[in-house]
Amino acid sequence: MLLIYCPYCEEERSELEFRQAGDAHIARPTNMTEMTDEDFEAFFFLRDNVKGLTFERWRHLNGCGRFFNAARDTVSDKFLTTYKAGLPRPDLSTLRPATEATVETYEATESNAK
Amino acid sequence: MSGANRIPGAGRLTPAKTARFFFDGKSYAALEGDTVASALLANGVHLVGRSFKYHRPRGIVSAGAEEPNALIGVERDAARKQPNVRATVQDVFDGMKVISQNRWPSLAFDVGAVNNLLAPFFAAGFYYKTFMWPKQAWKHVYEPQIRAAAGLGVSPTEDDTDHYSSRYAHCDVLVIGAGVAGLSAALAAAKTGARVIICDEQPEVGGALHYDKSVTIDGQDGYSWAQATAANLAKMDNVTVLPRTTAFGYYAQNFVGLNERVTEHLAKPDKKLPRERLWQVRAKRVIIATGAIERHMVFANNDRPGIMLASAARTFLNHFGVAVGKKVGVYTANDSAYEAAFDLKRAGITIAAIVDSREQPGEAVLAEARSLGIEVMVGYGVVDTGGKLRVSSMSVARNGGGSSRKIAIDALLVSAGWTPSVHMFSQSRGKVAYDAETQRFLPGTYAQDCLSIGACNGTNDLQATIEESLAAGELMSNASGYTAPEKLALQGVNAFSWTGGMAGAAEGAGPDTTVKAFIDFQNDVCAKDIRLAVREGMHSIEHIKRFTTNGMATDQGKLSNIHGLAIAAETLGREIPKVGLTTFRAPYTPVTFGTLINHSRGELFDPTRKTPMHALEEAQGAVFEDVGQWKRAWYYPRAGEDMHQAVNRECKTVRDIAGIFDASTLGKIEVVGPDAAQFLNLIYTNSWDTLKPGRCRYGIMLREDGFVYDDGVVGRMAEDRFHVTTTTGGAARVMNHMEDYLQTEFPHLNVWLTSATEQWAVIAVQGPKAREIIEPLVEGIDLSNEAFPHMSVREGKVCGVPTRLFRMSFTGETGFEVNVPADFGPAVWAAISERTEALGGCAYGTEAMHILRAEKGYIIVGQDTDGTVTPDDASLGWAVGKKKTDFVGIRGLRRPDLVADGRKQLVGLLTKDPAVVLEEGAQIVANPNQPLPMTMIGHVTSAYWSENCGRSIALALVAGGKGKIGQTLYVPMPDKTIAVEVSDMVFFDKEGGRING
Amino acid sequence: MRKYSVFAVAREAMRGHRGWEAQWTSPEPRKEYDVIIIGAGGHGLGTAYYLAKEHGITNIAVLEKGWLGGGNTGRNTTIIRSNYLYDESAGIYDHALKLWDGLSQDLNYNVMYSARGVMMLSHNIHDQQVFKRHIHANRLNGIDNEWLTPEQAQEFCPPLDISRTARYPINGAALQRRGGTARHDAVAWGYARAAADRGVHIIQNCEVTGIRRNPDGSVAGVDTNRGQINAKKVGVVAAGHTSVLMEMAGVRMPLVSYPLQALVSEPVKPIFPCVVMSNTVHAYISQSDKGELVIGAGTDQYSSYSQTGGLQIITHTLDAICELFPIFRRMKMMRSWGGIVDVTPDRSPILAKTPVSGLYVNCGWGTGGFKATPGSANVFAHTIANDAPHKINAPFTLERFRSGRLIDEAAAAAVAH
Repeated sequence: MLLIYCPYCEEERSELEFRQAGDAHIARPTNMTEMTDEDFEAFFFLRDNVKGLTFERWRHLNGCGRFFNAARDTVSDKFLTTYKAGLPRPDLSTLRPATEATVETYEATESNAK
Repeated sequence: MSGANRIPGAGRLTPAKTARFFFDGKSYAALEGDTVASALLANGVHLVGRSFKYHRPRGIVSAGAEEPNALIGVERDAARKQPNVRATVQDVFDGMKVISQNRWPSLAFDVGAVNNLLAPFFAAGFYYKTFMWPKQAWKHVYEPQIRAAAGLGVSPTEDDTDHYSSRYAHCDVLVIGAGVAGLSAALAAAKTGARVIICDEQPEVGGALHYDKSVTIDGQDGYSWAQATAANLAKMDNVTVLPRTTAFGYYAQNFVGLNERVTEHLAKPDKKLPRERLWQVRAKRVIIATGAIERHMVFANNDRPGIMLASAARTFLNHFGVAVGKKVGVYTANDSAYEAAFDLKRAGITIAAIVDSREQPGEAVLAEARSLGIEVMVGYGVVDTGGKLRVSSMSVARNGGGSSRKIAIDALLVSAGWTPSVHMFSQSRGKVAYDAETQRFLPGTYAQDCLSIGACNGTNDLQATIEESLAAGELMSNASGYTAPEKLALQGVNAFSWTGGMAGAAEGAGPDTTVKAFIDFQNDVCAKDIRLAVREGMHSIEHIKRFTTNGMATDQGKLSNIHGLAIAAETLGREIPKVGLTTFRAPYTPVTFGTLINHSRGELFDPTRKTPMHALEEAQGAVFEDVGQWKRAWYYPRAGEDMHQAVNRECKTVRDIAGIFDASTLGKIEVVGPDAAQFLNLIYTNSWDTLKPGRCRYGIMLREDGFVYDDGVVGRMAEDRFHVTTTTGGAARVMNHMEDYLQTEFPHLNVWLTSATEQWAVIAVQGPKAREIIEPLVEGIDLSNEAFPHMSVREGKVCGVPTRLFRMSFTGETGFEVNVPADFGPAVWAAISERTEALGGCAYGTEAMHILRAEKGYIIVGQDTDGTVTPDDASLGWAVGKKKTDFVGIRGLRRPDLVADGRKQLVGLLTKDPAVVLEEGAQIVANPNQPLPMTMIGHVTSAYWSENCGRSIALALVAGGKGKIGQTLYVPMPDKTIAVEVSDMVFFDKEGGRING
Repeated sequence: MRKYSVFAVAREAMRGHRGWEAQWTSPEPRKEYDVIIIGAGGHGLGTAYYLAKEHGITNIAVLEKGWLGGGNTGRNTTIIRSNYLYDESAGIYDHALKLWDGLSQDLNYNVMYSARGVMMLSHNIHDQQVFKRHIHANRLNGIDNEWLTPEQAQEFCPPLDISRTARYPINGAALQRRGGTARHDAVAWGYARAAADRGVHIIQNCEVTGIRRNPDGSVAGVDTNRGQINAKKVGVVAAGHTSVLMEMAGVRMPLVSYPLQALVSEPVKPIFPCVVMSNTVHAYISQSDKGELVIGAGTDQYSSYSQTGGLQIITHTLDAICELFPIFRRMKMMRSWGGIVDVTPDRSPILAKTPVSGLYVNCGWGTGGFKATPGSANVFAHTIANDAPHKINAPFTLERFRSGRLIDEAAAAAVAH
């Protein structure tokens, strides 16, 4: 169970209070009707599905109810930071490197244990 | 006397406190504090179980949680039978019934043991190579036989009558394990003022101090020091000490699952106490002090009852006061096992010999052995053992071969060294590192905020462990801002070292053709099986594990994994770390489902939602149906009526007179703000600008992909205030959907959303006499058609309480929906109900509601649509604002396939035989005479007997359906084909006049 | 390849099983192959096997980052069924089911396909409507699936609680008798052995780090931690890691990878004769031939490549299981684990050509890929061999998300009204 810092409540709370809401920073186009089928596909269906640092949305559903963004490492599941909706992506250089002290999977490290 | 093998003066149990228990029906004496294992050994019982595959007689190998062999069943009563209990961790209680497992007809004479003779056939993975012919025999002959042979204990067959409990806890420092390391660390942490939880799987703290009598700490006997320390810790407000509590799982962000066994050791537990308790602990820092587990030696026939770990024999002697034999042999590859021989010897037990596979044992232990007069055979191996149901001899030979000497024994203590318990560290996703010098996997790179100390961290010396642990306790507390008022110091002395030993097959584990040198006792995996797996191309340790089942038994390889790995590495000619470890997964030891579930059973499994009028409806005889979490009144049978009759009456009554219906489960969202209309314009396909306050409109909501998501009637209460209704099932997700768009896509809009589903009780009154029913109860609202036309909303009072009164209809009749604050719902329901019945009307349930709306062709989203239906498909194209430039779903709706010809469209179906009611979900074809697979062009979404129409009616999604009106299609059923005519969707009052009555 | 049989086993038993040969070899990679398959799970190994067996292409390498069969093939709860609603889904899953029946003989490897029946529980009227729709559609597609009353359901699975007082009482069930389970490792190993026997190179511990393209954009091969390997055709069969690999070829996928957990109980004597699933309470369960109860959980809610998940997912699953089968409350969880499942927007797989010439992808099986293994591998081999889909997998394109022609089994189950 993850522990998630709600940037509105300014508190770490249990994952049970939150709902993940997909990728962050995918703005809904203002000119929806003028989009090509390809653009609509990219907007609505295609995802980076990043292995590593990802930017995603969460909602503090059973809390303040607010949507916010998070930077999380999908390999370690560690949160690097969370920030309010509408704010730009945080500067990566200020965030801890995602690979530090994280293990991809135990299986993957079997063959190169020291 | 509690068993012939109890040594007077030895152990820590109180001789006066006795208990009796039954093993396979035979009564035995025990002492309070005994485990089943120690009590059986005290009575000279070594044969406890049978192995999984070969049904070989098995005894007690360990004295702890790692036990692979001594699995028993414990029965309290018919509902409380517990299979696969490790005898080494189960306390004896008075009157306890213990049964052995995996044997028939008896433990001593087990027919299944024939498997042992057939063992050459049952090599690892043999089943992949055979049982393939004839094909059908797998299902009917082979597999049933294999299944019957599988399994160990017997599953309970009744619902568990025990109960379980759950706690969440937060702390600064969680210490896992309460041996010397864990206690020292907890002490240091506790002194800083940090909140500390320390848990240990054993009934009492102390870990290795249970058996290692040589330890003194600050001059005090080690075990006594541990108890005193734990008692002192328990007195501190900032410390929780949890014995009998296993940390079983280490999850993300220092979330650790603990399993506390509360009453399993008690003869007559207080019924109020839970049997077990799940702790879910979130710790700022975790200290892992899980110690090490001794490995057995791998040699021929090393599995006979009476062969056990050296440390286990010490535990049985030093803690339980039980001698595991009268003439005991030792086979070891490290120094620590000598201590067992010394302890036993000093207790008056004969030590037949210490057989040490090493050429150079430690000087100190050799000297001690000499002084005690124990024969040590250096550079020797045990190459075989004898004895049927208990070991009776060991055959000893010089390393490298030569003649063997047979020595009579009645117990054999083995030790190949110690495996640090890195389970929790690995579960935390830390990366282990192989220490070539000591041949151990030790904590390497940490992934979480935790620290390993003591034996599980490879620290050998007691004083080093103490210093490391005290430092760790302080350091981990610092992270939470606590500092030590003073430096703690403890002085520890012992003669024990965790290092040394060997991994893999010892002398006498081959040749592969005949020798059974067990690695995994429970699953009967031998050294030769590992070698076979490698020969067959299984070069990854995971392949070897799965092919041989090594480490897959209930002990999850606590003894066997390192041996298996070492043999694989040797066979492959690779170094151990190059072959790799299998993954450590939760749980550390098996956890009862009931504990994990704890309170989440029955009513507490999932909340049941009831409307404010539920009790009244129940009193009115309602039968309820489950709709999501809701209980909804389904129909109201009267005396002598079946469902069909009741529903027909309800439907007829509504259209002839009137009915009253509980619509409270509909989702309700209050949308308020200067930009409320603009917001709804974006969320719904329709336009809301033109809706005047006091009027209502039916709205459709899409997902961005263009498919129908939800629908409902929206009332405009004021310029800046809308009362939105959703489907029952859609309430929560529609609210989330709206919030999502409002907060993240349209944050410029000044709108507030409030879920009001449970704030309003909703009573629908429908039928020709609806107005007459409510008129006397309503104040301040002119109910006339002119003043209050269909699709209007007014605020006023009903029965003296505030109401939002909607003029709307889901039946096609004149209708009202009375919204009142939920608490007033029952009173208003009662009043309206009384009026309704007085005028000849009745209450109707969801079944009648479904029929009445279907008679009018009103759809139900989720029944007549299924997430692949567009508004056009559902004949709701009229509700899509053609001039709108944006709404959620506008672009998705225009994708090529959503505007293509031949889409499935919602139409009506009339069976040629009006008496035949179609089955919902039945498929529709154009040509019923085609062979399978048939081309299906649609399916029946709703189908009912309509008493009002005097015939059956149905709605269906049919490819190109709107163009097929009037055509005959077919519904092939298993026993017949039903001819249907495609029709429009309105079956009753096609002109629609009744709604304005 | 030496044939496996009861006689071979008996012969080897006489000499300590020293005569068995390696089931597959571990060759050094060649510089070039006709086809490279990325991912040695059941689907990937099966693809290689059918390419060799049915299309005469044997110069194939199957590249595996870890150990073969170590991904979702070795981590799933092994449920096999084909009673899907849409013609497209029914087509591919039933193609698989027909291949399951006979796979042991075809591969000369006992994969232990056990048609002991998969029963899906209905808890309310909505479930009933959905299941009936499936049953009718399946019947007209020639696929067995039958409706059981609660009493019949309990007769088929005695531990089932059918009391009306249960929190979610059962009002019936859909049963596919041909459904069941198979031994997951054996599927990977059986395909590996049979493919290797036909000359396929299975190269483990070989991680693909790049997909090479020709100047014209078509596939040229792959870069790996063991060097460059060329091939004109590359098939990506990498489940949870598909997005990562396809990104190497510049193709963005409609996929999200989620953790999926499962667990087994301690082994007990036979108590549970079939497979039971419940969508309403989110649980599925069977008993393995070793005696363990095998229990599947739902996915965690966030995307992840961690192969771990939260304890709350496990506990919630057990809540549901014990609500259906209260007699199991005293059973114990022996082991839990996690995999990574790749989920498409319509919960149906993608088996298709890609915008990159010579690059093929088989992915998006979500939580249910094991059951499709032989069928998926079979038609994917056809697709690669012919550079065109088989008619069975033709609907499972990448382009359907653009056109809107989805195969949405999940949407068809809809939600309770």
